Amino acid sequence: MSTLTQHTPELAAGTAPKKRRRSSVNVPLTLLVTVLSLTVLIPLYFTIVTALKSPDQLGGNGLALPTSIHLENFSNAWKLTNFPNALLISGIVTSVAVVLTILTNSLVAYAIARNMHRPFFKALYYFFIAALFVPFPIIMLPVTKEMAVLGLDNPVGLFLLYTVYGLSFNVFVYTAFIKSIPAELEEAAIMDGASVWTTFRKVIFPILTPINATVGILTCLWAWNDFLLPLVILSDPNTRTLPLVQYVFQGQFNTDYTTAFASYLMAMAPLLLVYLFAQRWVISGVMRGSIK
Amino acid sequence: MTTTAAKAMKPRTTAGLQRRRPSRAHKTFYWMVVPALVLFVILHTIPTLTGMFFSFTNYAGYGEWDFVGLSNYVNLFKDDRIMASYGFTFLFAVTTTIVVNVGALFIAILLNSKIKFQTTFRGIFFIPNILSVLIVGYVFNYLLSNNLPLIGQALGIKWLSTSILANPDLAWLGIVGVTAWQSIAFSVIIYLAGLQTVPGELYEAAGLDGASPWRQFWSITFPLISGFFTINMVLALKGLLQAFDQIVALTNGGPGTSTESVAMVIYRGGFQGGEYGYQMANSVVYLVVIVALSLLQMRVLGRKEADFS
Repeated sequence: MSTLTQHTPELAAGTAPKKRRRSSVNVPLTLLVTVLSLTVLIPLYFTIVTALKSPDQLGGNGLALPTSIHLENFSNAWKLTNFPNALLISGIVTSVAVVLTILTNSLVAYAIARNMHRPFFKALYYFFIAALFVPFPIIMLPVTKEMAVLGLDNPVGLFLLYTVYGLSFNVFVYTAFIKSIPAELEEAAIMDGASVWTTFRKVIFPILTPINATVGILTCLWAWNDFLLPLVILSDPNTRTLPLVQYVFQGQFNTDYTTAFASYLMAMAPLLLVYLFAQRWVISGVMRGSIK
Repeated sequence: MTTTAAKAMKPRTTAGLQRRRPSRAHKTFYWMVVPALVLFVILHTIPTLTGMFFSFTNYAGYGEWDFVGLSNYVNLFKDDRIMASYGFTFLFAVTTTIVVNVGALFIAILLNSKIKFQTTFRGIFFIPNILSVLIVGYVFNYLLSNNLPLIGQALGIKWLSTSILANPDLAWLGIVGVTAWQSIAFSVIIYLAGLQTVPGELYEAAGLDGASPWRQFWSITFPLISGFFTINMVLALKGLLQAFDQIVALTNGGPGTSTESVAMVIYRGGFQGGEYGYQMANSVVYLVVIVALSLLQMRVLGRKEADFS
């Protein structure tokens, strides 16, 4: 990868340190990080410029700016892959998976966390955790058959699977957090005559907001980018998700690299744009998940 | 919040609460978990058990089947393609795990030091993690097949002057590189979270005592973040042993079958090759291998951190 980090002044200019404001800033290290960050930025830059070029502008080291902008790559890719349809399917599957996961997995974890002294709940906790070690390929063939029999070889089955498979990891994350919530809060609510359901909804769920964000972000990244599960589950070509579409159209892209790159860019763009604006929030969410 | 007021007046413990109204709370909690448990059993446990059951049959994925005892398992170990896929998967997963963890720890320490634009750089290094593994694979497939050979030719490096993905001996390195590019992003964030738990005063004290940065890393930083190291190593290895997407995009198992991962062999044999029963036996072996390796890793790297309770 280091071979790629050599020359891109146009990218480096934006991120290189301009002035030394505080004497405590370590300039050599800042420069080193800048160079290292090019390993991430150059492939992205390359994807963008390739998507804007015409086929005869390819070649060379590929890093030159396009001499003329070819937006027809995007319209070609749009039509060829039926982009709006794939975007809609990916959007629906991802958002439903995120909402369902947050609502149901937090509830399950709450019940488990508050009853860890009961053998049934304790066993359930370890049952979910143990499933973390079961690699997906072992379930892949049987679950595909089962989903087809149940009539769930469609986007509904897909978000159902994300919600249910997410339990293993999410219960672990939620339980660790719920244990740290003082029980007095719920007792007070129950004294006031609230049921366990209401207590969860009104007292616990709001406190879970930071962990809900963590679980939501991780589920979103998983469901949006996943390839293997849609590949085996979805049977109708009209219900293909964005990554699946890239796979299916590889043959048709053939040597038409500029259209292919426009298609890749369109598939990556929605999440990249969200990330651009919610970057701090996303990273702190992921960080929170790693500290229990 | 009226609840806070009530809390101040009547402090009680959960035990007292459960003694007062045991049955109701109890029942509701069951209602909260049982539907999830039922769905989990239907969608996860039953497929796992069905798979294990069919590993003892000659089921092709359709039609009739018979029990064949352990013969699928015996045949697995005589099957060169299967053995080669395990060899490739281990080599790939172990190499990538090491590259990812060394690289991520290095970048995390840099990001945690006194550099400018810390948040921006942190944001940049995380980008690969929000991209689809498959699409990243396709982009790098083009880069490694077209652009990297040009650089190799310009530098006069022979092995680099043709596509490394088309070279049976080097293709795996291409997959390692691309996977590491993407996986480092997540590990960096976990290590950063770990580094932020290390109190800064420790370094000041060590600095006064004249300890070199290298010494400070091994005596202070690493011991204090070893929990995060364990988590990263276990997660990385377990995830990488299941590699599929990036291989589909980069080499599709080739050249020949030199970069076929276990997951890929199960997919191909099971869905396209009529080897349902046989590949389920492969899956069971694969499960045992992953569980054994994860447990071994946790034992070696430290029991405390990997404690799930």
